[in-house]
Amino acid sequence: MSILVNEETRVVVQGITGKEGSFHARGCLEYGTKVLAGVTPGKGGMLHEGIPVFNTVAHAVKEAGVNTSLIFVPPTFAGDAILEAADAGISLIVCITEGIPALDMVKVSRSLQGQALRLIGPNCPGVISPGKGKVGIMPGHIHMPGPVGVVSRSGTLTYEAVGQLTQRGIGQSTCIGIGGDPIIGTSFVDCFRLFQEDPGTETILLIGEIGGTAEEDAAAFVKAHMEKPVVGYVAGMTAPPGRRMGHAGAIIAGGKGTAAEKIQAMEAAGIRICRSPGDMGVTVEKALRGG
Amino acid sequence: MKIHEYQAKAILADFGVPVPRGRVAGTPADAGAIARELGGTVVVKAQIHAGGRGKGGGVKLAKSPGEAEQVASQILGMMLKTHQTGPEGQRVTRVLVEEAMDIRQEMYLGIVIDRSVDLPVIMASSAGGMDIEEVAQNRPEAITKVHVDPATGVQGYHTRKLGFGLGLTGDTLKGVADFLIKLYRTFEAKDCSLAEINPLVITGDGRLLALDAKMAFDDNAIFRHPEVLALRDVDEESPLEVEASEYNLSYIKLDGNVGCMVNGAGLAMATMDIIKLAGGEPANFLDVGGGASAEQIENAFRILISDRNVKVVLINIFGGILRCDRLAEGVIKAVKALGVTLPIVIRMEGTNVELGRQMLKESGLNFVNAETMADAAALAAQAARGVDR
Repeated sequence: MSILVNEETRVVVQGITGKEGSFHARGCLEYGTKVLAGVTPGKGGMLHEGIPVFNTVAHAVKEAGVNTSLIFVPPTFAGDAILEAADAGISLIVCITEGIPALDMVKVSRSLQGQALRLIGPNCPGVISPGKGKVGIMPGHIHMPGPVGVVSRSGTLTYEAVGQLTQRGIGQSTCIGIGGDPIIGTSFVDCFRLFQEDPGTETILLIGEIGGTAEEDAAAFVKAHMEKPVVGYVAGMTAPPGRRMGHAGAIIAGGKGTAAEKIQAMEAAGIRICRSPGDMGVTVEKALRGG
Repeated sequence: MKIHEYQAKAILADFGVPVPRGRVAGTPADAGAIARELGGTVVVKAQIHAGGRGKGGGVKLAKSPGEAEQVASQILGMMLKTHQTGPEGQRVTRVLVEEAMDIRQEMYLGIVIDRSVDLPVIMASSAGGMDIEEVAQNRPEAITKVHVDPATGVQGYHTRKLGFGLGLTGDTLKGVADFLIKLYRTFEAKDCSLAEINPLVITGDGRLLALDAKMAFDDNAIFRHPEVLALRDVDEESPLEVEASEYNLSYIKLDGNVGCMVNGAGLAMATMDIIKLAGGEPANFLDVGGGASAEQIENAFRILISDRNVKVVLINIFGGILRCDRLAEGVIKAVKALGVTLPIVIRMEGTNVELGRQMLKESGLNFVNAETMADAAALAAQAARGVDR
């Protein structure tokens, strides 16, 4: 089993004729994902990478029966693209775009409230359920199917964790990069709720980083609701305060959001902490084997 | 992006937010002339981005134009040290000369985006002029907060809640409502990440004024505000960080001696952490981006080695889709082109990793291959200690 992405996932790629959109639409197809449509306004009717292109997401839904959108639209227009997908009835929107203005996302986030859909990202690598489908930019070949759910705020650090797991012969149910921006659609807590209900997930690996309080919120949820073992790592122990560490969301501001605070909250919630990012694989293995 | 107080006040004044009369000066003579124009007692304030200027001796009163000139000559050119500057301080090249106010009451007002609810939050406190972070920690009940829905903007109930929270009545209650609406409008129109008035003051004659102002802007939105970008002061930034930003590299200088080059922000932070755990000290944060092209790697190398503290370079690239033979080719080319002689520890992951490692080995350059992140950190920390001796 898995969450969010499975064999029923039918993908439309918004911004498919761009460089990134083309490359990763092909990557998802090659992984075996059903990429059934692309959207680039004004290019409707053509075929790109063998995939039919539509002018609007609504057309793609009607003609190709897509239920999931993968967005590569540039930051200026990405908020618009998310809202278009929502309006067209897409139930899972994965927005890869990095650099969307925060106030644009404030509006998007407000507008999506109460709608029956889920936004992953923005500024994220996407979602993969190994062996079932990939809706994102992660390298598919480093993954393998199995019992570990992975949820993370970063991209390559998630690949690192998955690499460590796969190397030990430990597969993953679903891996989600929730994104490195201050305002994102899906939180750690949302993912934990889904993993808790998923019979295919036995253990969860949470990869956090400095900034905000998402890890503390996740810890509170784990303490109150999670029955499955959780392993955690928080990047940025050595990060100086007041400096944005690449991700717009990774900043220690007003003395809040330090790795030490997050680790403390997670430990108090019974989450097994990896001090070193080199120990993510081995710590999950121990949790999985009940050691 | 941050700007100076005098720039923030000019933006606020454009939106109708009341600020004291005053102008910026680059020389003591100009400061004296502005003081003469304003008449009466003035305050001369050093213009640097860091907070805590008063305690560091960067804010002084002057009772006459002559005194203003004299005070400005002390402040201009000084290396002002505050808790927010480095130990070396920040050079002052401009002062703001303003009319000194008769202050009856000091308050705090600030707007930021509250990530826990995805909305802007306006915070007000009667504990003005103080370190608001300290107030938040010790007396959270002294701060009143309202969240603003972008669909409606600031409403009357918001301003009443904040105004009553500040203990205001009558005309000042109405005044603060107008002030708040204009401040929020500025925040939204300019894509601020922070708009802070500390202190907001009530003068002896009952007027509300932004006595100090701090503004920061969302880097992701700066493209639609060229007028804000024009206010950037690169003298306030580290030269290496400025150069890195020109190449779209995300670089932050730290105090250690293990230079690191990593693709992806999360992995870059994790690499810094693991260097520390291995007994080393990271010299920087450097994210070359998800792709890590040959050109990016060469630019990154140039910036890394211009930090004279760097004794060893650690490259950690989790390529995934990226081909390691291409990566190796880029690294070898960059090292040759720049004549890098420092030891370089490389850990890479991706397709054709064996071929990539072989190429590094056969290049005749000073490369050390590492299989895992932990190995790479241990080798780099060891190499840094070796060079120390």
